Amino acid sequence: MNQNLFNYTLQQADNCLILGQRLGEWCGHGPVLEQDIAMTNIALDLIGQARMLYQYAAEIQDEKRSEDDLAYLRDAWDFKNVLLVEQPNGDFAKTILRQFLFDSFNCPFYEKLKESSDERLAAIAAKSHKETLYHLKWSGDWVLRLGDGTEESHNRIQNALNELWPYSEEITTPSEADIDANKNGFGVNLNDIKSERETKIREVLNEATLTIPDSAYNHTGGKEGKHTEYLGYILADLQFLQRAYPGNEW
Amino acid sequence: MNNWPLWEIFVRSKAGLNHKHVGSLHASDAEMAIQNARDVYTRRNEGVSIWVVESKHITASDPDDSDPLYEPAKDKVYRHPTFYDLPDEVKHM
Amino acid sequence: MDEKHLEDHFNEKIDQDVRIEPKDWMPDHYRKTLIRQISQHAHSEIVGMLPEANWISRAPTLRRKAAALAKVQDEAGHGLYLYSACETLGVDRDTLLDQLHTGKAKYSSIFNYPTLTWADMGAIGWLVDGAAIMNQVPLCRASYGPYARAMIRVCKEESFHQRQGFEIMLTLCKGSDEQQKMAQDALNRWWWPALMMFGPTDADSPHTEQSMRWGIKRFTNDELRQKFVDVSKPQADLLGIKIPDPDLKWNEARGHYDFGEINWDEFYNVIKGNGPCNKQRIDARTKAWEEGAWVREAASAYAEKKTKQQAA
Repeated sequence: MNQNLFNYTLQQADNCLILGQRLGEWCGHGPVLEQDIAMTNIALDLIGQARMLYQYAAEIQDEKRSEDDLAYLRDAWDFKNVLLVEQPNGDFAKTILRQFLFDSFNCPFYEKLKESSDERLAAIAAKSHKETLYHLKWSGDWVLRLGDGTEESHNRIQNALNELWPYSEEITTPSEADIDANKNGFGVNLNDIKSERETKIREVLNEATLTIPDSAYNHTGGKEGKHTEYLGYILADLQFLQRAYPGNEW
Repeated sequence: MNNWPLWEIFVRSKAGLNHKHVGSLHASDAEMAIQNARDVYTRRNEGVSIWVVESKHITASDPDDSDPLYEPAKDKVYRHPTFYDLPDEVKHM
Repeated sequence: MDEKHLEDHFNEKIDQDVRIEPKDWMPDHYRKTLIRQISQHAHSEIVGMLPEANWISRAPTLRRKAAALAKVQDEAGHGLYLYSACETLGVDRDTLLDQLHTGKAKYSSIFNYPTLTWADMGAIGWLVDGAAIMNQVPLCRASYGPYARAMIRVCKEESFHQRQGFEIMLTLCKGSDEQQKMAQDALNRWWWPALMMFGPTDADSPHTEQSMRWGIKRFTNDELRQKFVDVSKPQADLLGIKIPDPDLKWNEARGHYDFGEINWDEFYNVIKGNGPCNKQRIDARTKAWEEGAWVREAASAYAEKKTKQQAA
């Protein structure tokens, strides 16, 4: 099996699953019915992306494993998602900002991944890229509305930014899998999207009258399986049935 | 309470067809109304194009006027092709 | 035109099955009854999101998770269609939500029961959505145009809900002993509340006659309940689980299943607010609405700023 291709695919699959899981927590509790529906749509897109990637990763592993084995039967240290996506929903402002920081990566990432030498990854990227264009528009618009809305919304999203900013850069910081994937032609050169992403983020935050925190410190570790405490709880929830009733069909 | 205005949503289900009224929803601005309409009314591939218009901008005819508005058209049968008799030999006209 | 004349004209349209549209004249009582009925239905959809949303994070496979998300999202959509229909009658959504949050408005009492295991997702889809569809399909012909059109959308989307629920039940019933037990337990808990969804018996349902006369109700509660029992019994047999009613048996003479007495005390208790989850459900809805206030205000403020900037 191609371990690097497997790790690389899994890394993105885990990002999508964990953020999809987080967004799904909003379902039924959104600030207005129309946005409840919008958030669920994005959650569904992310779960869909995760499924395509897990299915591919399972095939690469070549051990009669399924998408669900990968999602439900690994423990935290095997998950390769970035720390950003496991951060709690908080208020709507925090959810929006987390989403925007992720979408500003996810969208250009898939755009580049369309050129992957690996046909499956390229195909998954082509489908997903269209979805993320909409996600980025949605979350970017909301950053503007909240940042430049009322004093309260401005303060809330500024707080969210202060809190999440140290988790922003991990996603464009290459892991071993990223470096190898790029070297072998099937992965994205993260340096290519890093500056594009930063420009986009600064542009939107600026228009939203938000102040980027001074702190240059960045948390990392997610891509190597070193997570925050949150992930354990996410997995306890996500995996409960598969763990409580091993081997059953659902 | 800050009420988001109500918008009427029109969806073109496929190229070549008219936009058709499908329902309404709330949004704070036109941009959001289109996004919401996409999420609410085209979840199952129902559309390829969306129009939104704030409900308050729609002027509707008064049902009380329906007689003067629509009755007079009823007896103008000469506007319909079946009004004209043609010999059977003339086909496809 | 005088009131009497207008009312005759209205009744004529009802008799001829001509739809009533928002700007048409309608009796005040008809308008009020419709607002009550449609908003109750809308409230049921959005409160109904909660018991199932509970299990989205714990769905046992990714396929089930996607289906659960899509299903609960549909319910939000249905609530939205129905609130919109209600708004055409001259009452805005904020007012309706306020009635829900303050306990002035009712919603289907089935959603005051808890979802305890994954099998409840199956039982709700199969029985609760099944009962809802039975109630709703006739309303696609309701006399009020916007209501009928909303119901057509709802019913079209609802059909996948019942199937996904039944599929969950089927998978459990073909599964391990524990899974079968889970399925039976869910049926035990949801069966009677599902029967209650059709409302009080015809004898205790004083508005039925007027509503049927107006074409906003097409069958009586007892007729629909019987129909539901008749289709559900063979489905339970197919699943290999037992409906928890010792009096349930085929009556050849009637051509229907006879079934046991519903516990009406429980029904009225839950309606009065004493169901297991009444408080949690309303609290959750109120919390979502109140905590969303600043979001809605921000979007309004932003839209206003932009309009001013464009005008300048």
